[in-house]
Amino acid sequence: MDQLLRTYAGRPSIITECGNLGRELGIRLLLKREDLNHTGSHKINNVLGQALLAKRMGKHRLVAETGAGQHGVATATAAALMSMECKVYMGAVDVTRQALNVFRMKLLGAQVEAVESGSRTLKDAVNEAMRDWVATVETTHYCLGSVMGPHPYPWMVREFHRVVGEEARAQCIELLGDVPDVAVACVGGGSNAIGLFSGFVDDRTRLVGVEPAGGAAVGRGVPGVVHGMRSFLLQDEYGQVQEAHSISAGLDYPGVGPEHSHLASIGRAEYPNVTDSEVIDAFQLLARTEGIITALESAHALAWIVRAAPELAGRNVLMNLSGRGDKDVAQMMDVLGK
Amino acid sequence: MTAQAPGAMEVGFRAKRASGRKLLVPYVTGGLTGWQLAVRAAAAAGADAIEIGIPFSDPVMDGPIIQQASQRALEGGATPVSILREVRDLDVSVPLAVMTYYNTVHHAGPERFAAQLVAAGIAAAIVPDLPLEEAAPWCTAADAARVETVMLAAPTAPDDRLPRIAARARGFVYSVGLLGVTGERARLAASATALAARLKAITDVPVLVGVGVSNEAQAYEATRVADGVVMGASVVRRLMEAGPEAVGDYVAQVRAALDAH
Repeated sequence: MDQLLRTYAGRPSIITECGNLGRELGIRLLLKREDLNHTGSHKINNVLGQALLAKRMGKHRLVAETGAGQHGVATATAAALMSMECKVYMGAVDVTRQALNVFRMKLLGAQVEAVESGSRTLKDAVNEAMRDWVATVETTHYCLGSVMGPHPYPWMVREFHRVVGEEARAQCIELLGDVPDVAVACVGGGSNAIGLFSGFVDDRTRLVGVEPAGGAAVGRGVPGVVHGMRSFLLQDEYGQVQEAHSISAGLDYPGVGPEHSHLASIGRAEYPNVTDSEVIDAFQLLARTEGIITALESAHALAWIVRAAPELAGRNVLMNLSGRGDKDVAQMMDVLGK
Repeated sequence: MTAQAPGAMEVGFRAKRASGRKLLVPYVTGGLTGWQLAVRAAAAAGADAIEIGIPFSDPVMDGPIIQQASQRALEGGATPVSILREVRDLDVSVPLAVMTYYNTVHHAGPERFAAQLVAAGIAAAIVPDLPLEEAAPWCTAADAARVETVMLAAPTAPDDRLPRIAARARGFVYSVGLLGVTGERARLAASATALAARLKAITDVPVLVGVGVSNEAQAYEATRVADGVVMGASVVRRLMEAGPEAVGDYVAQVRAALDAH
């Protein structure tokens, strides 16, 4: 596993200090560059681990759900590397808005199935992957892409992303002589955030998980049970799961990993939310000031930092740049009308 | 496990089994157009109990037919409250069970949900996404309210798990017929009778096979081993395609096949 992370995924990922944007915001801003991993996001950390486990369990096929396509691409990549079959379920809405990643998955030899049920986004892709898995469990491993689902997934996926927080902690201490004052990451299911937080949860660092306003499970949900976990969940007065709405397909999930619900409940982490328009502004801001095109998911974290900058003045702020934005460029061309 | 006396549905099932009758439990999605008529037609055609689905937004155990039925019912405005209200008007003589997903129970709260079932005259509950290890809050509330909780056993369950499932089961043990979701299949899976036989060997609680029992011939085949069958997608498809009378005709056909034992 360590060798794969080093020689295939490209770990450790670097830390980039944003001098221009930091000066503009009046903070010291550090980015953990998970976007520079092979396949372009943090997702590869978890997928390589699960694919190795699947091999060890004697399974030759992987199924996965994907929202933005980053987890699907990572799973298809691991399947290609380890000579396994791969099928990725993706909401039909997301297949349209993430066409580039659909093509990448196909190039990698995976079969991509557009899910037409329910809201036709990430939660429905999870349903369909689970339905496949219960029928094929003897040969198939469900390579779940976030810190959610039934035990042991939330724990296992966190452990595979722990490397993000551990690297970042050592890098911050080397660079700052201390842990950062604030660690910020976007939260859909919450895998990149829990990876980052795991490095600092026992430190004084303030932990901030940023949700989309239209999918704020911690911010606006109540405890519920779906997909094999009990966690904050957007639902109606009868417990029907509601649809999430966000500009980023990767965060369009009405639930959240149970460890985030726990961290919120005990007050160890906070979960503000940001609007699509704040995200669009942050996406452009990072490109213009630092020459980095971020994924729309990760732009949620930056959007909160921009909003909170006055109260963060002079602080060391570490943000997980969980993915790169190539996949979002076509969508942003439409949004920005250019 | 508590030494609680069996509930009304289980007592009835045991008596019918002792008389040589094979048990037939059709499933109808609550809130679908014509669903109450379908329940009455099924009861009149020889069902021994009827399972009423309370639709959930994310029915992960269900295949396309029941997914579609659930979505239609929800789009038609069905809620757990509206369905239980309509149950009170059914006036059928066979026991009624509800099938729903755990968030419906969790959201209402186990005690409150159990009380709602009792008030509606429901005898039993089936909650397929509630594993044995997490079942205590619901089962305690259900036992206290005298609602029989049917437990499901999967074909992948190891031998040492089956007695624990059977000990916790009230009404009957739901022997899942295959690895996969609900829906009609061309043939009865070999796993259907294999698991039913494993369960029959370790429990006296009635064992019914459900999931993938798709027509009268497959029902007959399953009940060579099992005490009965649950039939869902084949019933619901007829309700959606042809209406409540077609459900009655179909249940009568299956009844005749089972009575040929």
